[in-house]
Amino acid sequence: MRKITKAAVALVAAMASFPAAAWEPTKPVEIVVAAGAGGASDQMARMMQAAIQKNNLMKQPVVVSLKGGASGAEALIYMKSSEGDPNKVLIAYSLIYMLPLSAKIPFNWRELTPVSVVAMDQFVLWDNIEGPKTVKDFIAAAKTAGSPFKMGGTGSKREDHVLTVFMEKRTGAKFSYLPYKSGGEAATQLVGKHTESNVNNPSENLEVWRAGQVRALCVFDKERIAYTTKVTETQSWNDIPTCKEEGLDVQYLMLRAMFLPGKVTPEQKDFYVDLFKKVTQTAEYKDYMEKQALKPVYLTGPEMLKFLEEDDALNKSLMTEAGFVAQ
Amino acid sequence: MEAFGLLMHGFVVLLTWKTIALMMVGLVLGIFVGVLPGLGGPNGVAILLPLTFTMDPTSAIVMLSCIYWGALFGGAITSILFNIPGEAWSVATTFDGYPMAQQGRAAEALTAAFTSSFIGSLVAVLLITFLAPMISSFALKFGPPEFFAVYLLTFCSFVGLGREAKHKTVISMSLGLLLAGVGMDTVSGTLRMTFGSNELLRGINFLVAVIGLFGISEILLTMEERLALRGHAAAISLRVVLKVWKDLPRYWATLLRSSFIGCWLGITPGGAIAASFMGYNLAKRFSKNPETFGKGRIEGVFAPETAAHASGTAALLPMLALGIPGSGTAAILLGGLMVWGLNPGPLLFVEHKDFVWGLIASMYLGNVVGLVLVLTTVPIFASILRVPFAAVAPMIVVSCAIGAYAIQNAMFDIWLMLGFGVVGYVFKKIGIPLAPFTLALVLGNRAEDAFRLSMIGSGGSMKVFWSNGLVGTITTLAIALLFWPVLDKAFGSIGRLLRPAKA
Repeated sequence: MRKITKAAVALVAAMASFPAAAWEPTKPVEIVVAAGAGGASDQMARMMQAAIQKNNLMKQPVVVSLKGGASGAEALIYMKSSEGDPNKVLIAYSLIYMLPLSAKIPFNWRELTPVSVVAMDQFVLWDNIEGPKTVKDFIAAAKTAGSPFKMGGTGSKREDHVLTVFMEKRTGAKFSYLPYKSGGEAATQLVGKHTESNVNNPSENLEVWRAGQVRALCVFDKERIAYTTKVTETQSWNDIPTCKEEGLDVQYLMLRAMFLPGKVTPEQKDFYVDLFKKVTQTAEYKDYMEKQALKPVYLTGPEMLKFLEEDDALNKSLMTEAGFVAQ
Repeated sequence: MEAFGLLMHGFVVLLTWKTIALMMVGLVLGIFVGVLPGLGGPNGVAILLPLTFTMDPTSAIVMLSCIYWGALFGGAITSILFNIPGEAWSVATTFDGYPMAQQGRAAEALTAAFTSSFIGSLVAVLLITFLAPMISSFALKFGPPEFFAVYLLTFCSFVGLGREAKHKTVISMSLGLLLAGVGMDTVSGTLRMTFGSNELLRGINFLVAVIGLFGISEILLTMEERLALRGHAAAISLRVVLKVWKDLPRYWATLLRSSFIGCWLGITPGGAIAASFMGYNLAKRFSKNPETFGKGRIEGVFAPETAAHASGTAALLPMLALGIPGSGTAAILLGGLMVWGLNPGPLLFVEHKDFVWGLIASMYLGNVVGLVLVLTTVPIFASILRVPFAAVAPMIVVSCAIGAYAIQNAMFDIWLMLGFGVVGYVFKKIGIPLAPFTLALVLGNRAEDAFRLSMIGSGGSMKVFWSNGLVGTITTLAIALLFWPVLDKAFGSIGRLLRPAKA
């Protein structure tokens, strides 16, 4: 009896606040993270959870569920098998293109429902503070080194690995790529001088950069990062030159996008499009973008689809050229 | 002195009502699982781990470590009152503890057990407090070869120093390594041994395996043995406690010796079980009248309990500082840390100071609170054993299933857990130790990755494992430990050859 009353109250409340046929989640909403705890995706999911709850953007609570097994494949399969369930939303990154190619995971992002692109993540070339001071010196040192320079990164045949292969192609220097389990591990291994460099996202190296243990050589984007507030004693994100400025013409940006499972209704999708639009306007989101040096981008609808198709094609060609596509 | 300041800070973090309450809950749950035959430290912690997933890491680890202390305390209760060691490391406690209970000195034996547990843990915690900061400063020296060398050391010492037959340890370890290989391979980025199954993508979860191997299999064994529970009543009065404490200084040598053995075996993965036996055997050997051991000597309770607890506590140091668990329970705590996004390893002390010192402070507090709690609640816990096994067993099975399911919200894991239950039962029947299996399952992947990263870095040269003093020492030590039984024998015979020559 009590349940029915509760349901009725909820129904009335829902009808009062949203006239017409607006849909709203009736169960806690799960943000599915395709990476381990503490990684960039997890941090972002928790920021969204806080932004949604603090600003009362949704009645139901948000839970973050970590599905980082099998380098994130677990999350993809989980989303694929949750067809028609509007209470799960994936926070996706480039693995949605790369994992099906490299590990032959039976997954295609077109089977999910794209909601919106919420940010683009940068990649930076880092070396130890005691290493070469500029990209030119770094490449020269890598070319003349007795044994190949060690490049740390997250996972194998993924964005970090692809960037390494393209650096080799553009410069002719050779690197040994060491795939670690997380960006955090790649960061500490660079500090301990077990690797010569890494291509971590800004957020992954932020702490060791601030501690003055690593140097940011260049950012893999067409333009510099916009944020000009000092992060370390002497540098802001904006002070890092682009790799192109430094004569290393390699560019890569990684999407951060939200997806619902396949076969959800348009009303359900619209709810989330609206929700994440609101999230990108919160102070929490803006603060996070700046702190982690992400590019605030918001795309949805046909614009997003166009972007995804182009991005997919680009990633596919990079993966093919790098030789990472499984036969 | 920095350690002291950080420790005080840790106490500040902990001294909130919420944390103290969590501690009490953890301790009570721990004593409960320690008392129940078929559960115990590793199982209890494994089953209760998902309970803590929603907490912040500090609260979660405080609760879990208190469950651990509780289980350590609880194991002694059944050993003394019922002659049922709730834990393998309590076996030695039954030798003199149960005879004491039969002579009507149960309260004395219990007080002795709890007090010596407390002393053992305290010595080990002191060791952790003063060694931990040193370990963090040498943290950054660990690259892939160093990590591999340490994993190798762990595996080798299990084979070389374990009490079980060597071939059985190797069989158990190899099976664990094999299963650790299931799922995504980080180094090549491809899938292995998943046979097209989406359920196997995630790999074999270590905790699911542990719950099955220990919890379910123990239930199966107990059912088969038709365990009858008959116990002695016990109540502890303040007078008895004070009497035992007053006599304590007389046994300082035993206590000190056992603490030392415990710390040493806890840091190297000999474990609490070996420590308790070694503590007992040495106490007997150094005693003026060894023939009275086994007939209800209080020293026979002090010695194994101190060693077991010193070892159980010291085992947390390598787990935190190097990511290498010194005991089964520490291995499960290690899994828990990873769930909360804390990477156990050298940098834990640098990156998560609050957490580490909170944990160390909780060891002090947990022990004090635990001692008081356990002395006052013995009669209540003893009454658990009057509940028929037929009623307790289904409850344990259900809690195991919930635990296994909750780890990844996967029904498949329950089947996996049941499968591992049967495996565990068979292993116990044919005498294959489970510890190497679980160790391989939890460390297999990391060891493999570390080895392959070392090989990529060195261009395939094995010399990298002797490329500097640190890694060279560890690797050499590992190999020496692997062949320890042979070396020991060789030294022994050389010694024998030399002695007559001298004479």
